[in-house]
Amino acid sequence: MTDLTALTIAEAREQLKAKAITATELTGAYIQAIENANEVLNAYIVTTPEKALKMAKASDARLASGNAGALEGIPLGIKDLFGTEGIHTQAASHILDGFKPHYESTVTANLWADGAVMLGKLNMDEFAMGSSNETSYYGPVKNPWRAKGSNTDLVPGGSSGGSAAAVAARLCAGATATDTGGSIRQPAAFTGTVGIKPTYGRCSRWGIVAFASSLDQAGPIARDVRDAAILLKSMASVDAKDTTSVDIAVPDYESAIGKPLAGLKIGIPKEYRVDGMPEEIEKLWQQGIAWLKDAGASIVDISLPHTKYALPAYYIVAPAEASSNLARYDGVRYGLRVPGKDIVDMYERTRATGFGEEVKRRIMIGTYVLSAGYYDAYYLQAQKVRNLIKKDFEDVFHAGVDAILTPATPSAAFGIADQDMAADPVKMYLNDIFTVTVNMAGLPGIAVPAGLDARGLPLGLQLIGRPFDEETLFQTAYVIEQAAGKFNAPKWW
Amino acid sequence: MSVDISTVKRVAHLARIAVSEDDAARMTGQLNTILGFVEQLNEVNVDGVEPMTSVTPMAMKKRADVVDDGEKAADIVANAPIHEENFFVVPKVVE
Repeated sequence: MTDLTALTIAEAREQLKAKAITATELTGAYIQAIENANEVLNAYIVTTPEKALKMAKASDARLASGNAGALEGIPLGIKDLFGTEGIHTQAASHILDGFKPHYESTVTANLWADGAVMLGKLNMDEFAMGSSNETSYYGPVKNPWRAKGSNTDLVPGGSSGGSAAAVAARLCAGATATDTGGSIRQPAAFTGTVGIKPTYGRCSRWGIVAFASSLDQAGPIARDVRDAAILLKSMASVDAKDTTSVDIAVPDYESAIGKPLAGLKIGIPKEYRVDGMPEEIEKLWQQGIAWLKDAGASIVDISLPHTKYALPAYYIVAPAEASSNLARYDGVRYGLRVPGKDIVDMYERTRATGFGEEVKRRIMIGTYVLSAGYYDAYYLQAQKVRNLIKKDFEDVFHAGVDAILTPATPSAAFGIADQDMAADPVKMYLNDIFTVTVNMAGLPGIAVPAGLDARGLPLGLQLIGRPFDEETLFQTAYVIEQAAGKFNAPKWW
Repeated sequence: MSVDISTVKRVAHLARIAVSEDDAARMTGQLNTILGFVEQLNEVNVDGVEPMTSVTPMAMKKRADVVDDGEKAADIVANAPIHEENFFVVPKVVE
């Protein structure tokens, strides 16, 4: 029998429908794969095999009676940021010690309603703050990819590092993830997987642990473009419990796949050619341009003049929102409590013990930029710059551009415990230089694998779309995927 | 702008995070690196630009003013480190 974990979601869906396999068999294959690999890769924080098999059994019954949902019997991994009823939900932080919510996030509830099966909770950077998955209380995740002839462990990117690694290593058919500044697209690029951050408002944020509420969006990480389209269709919805979720019908994203590109105008922003960018990234970008041109798209040079200010503006807006959102972790209502001599001492000890270094750093920056006397100079200035960044995109779309092609990251995956990045937080932040503009403007962005570098590590391209035009991204990303092929990490774990 | 160690301690207290002398010294350097990085925003001409309030233009949704949730105090305190009879228990606040 062939390895069931090799099937994409689309393939598994067909085989389940044809009764060639059962959901129980498929789920069993993933449980076994996780058991064999997780000690090495550390992609899952918690596995839920009993629940998975119970859900799979229910899926098999629905498949037999002809009541199958869109994701019936498909085993998924869930980022630890999503509230899952009765199951470990800690945002990979010590401060949420033992937290098991009495509710289910809207996104995961949508997935279960469509018949998906939960395999467990995936590792991530603490509170989604990081680009390497190294800030997790549960330790770093190893990238299933290694450079040719090397045994050095690489990071899977972050913050959705567990999601990306689990998808790349076939420890789930697909995974949920979230993206505040690049946390879906950067790990997807580092692991040869496809990740889409939809438009702000496309997925409900209800029940997802909040980091920066004006930037956070949920989306899938999947093995290919079609699987990402299938997952996003189920995840997206309007929700009375999130007033920023939009009341626009969710399209059938899959039907956009395979449409010709003739008539589409793809913009190439000159500001994304940054100093010190490796030649390989530039080559990949040119290759992507050539593929889209060959497929019939017209290519135009564009300018997004405020691009370089997106990352500094992000490092004011995101920490400011985080400092406010994370004020709720006080040792009173949930999670960790460290006793103190009075209530303030209890708060301070709890938060000092419960939060990791990076989270503390961001809370401190956020508290500082919002404090009396500094609010106008930092926060207000950043929110003005944010409007200029958004206007750059609006001008380009208004001029007829349908989507924008850029590199996804400035480099391939780097080593775990990289000395340069550990010494300078800003170096780590620069990982998000191409992705963060998209969050600042609330736009959809997809990362799609486009090739391997000289060391054999995956590199991705990013497509940025108009608000709520994820369909054009799937359509265009599929053309890149067809031209580039798919990339699988050779198994060493 | 840059911060000194006493500002870092004051901000840590505002953020309710206990810091040792060593923590505060280390954080001072790191925060100044980040503040140095964001300094470049001052180059941008923002004359006449409004600060962003909503990333997608939307009217605030309003629901009917009716109680449609509640009666689940036990669920709400279930994850509290210490609770008694559906109350959160905290150290004595009023002498």
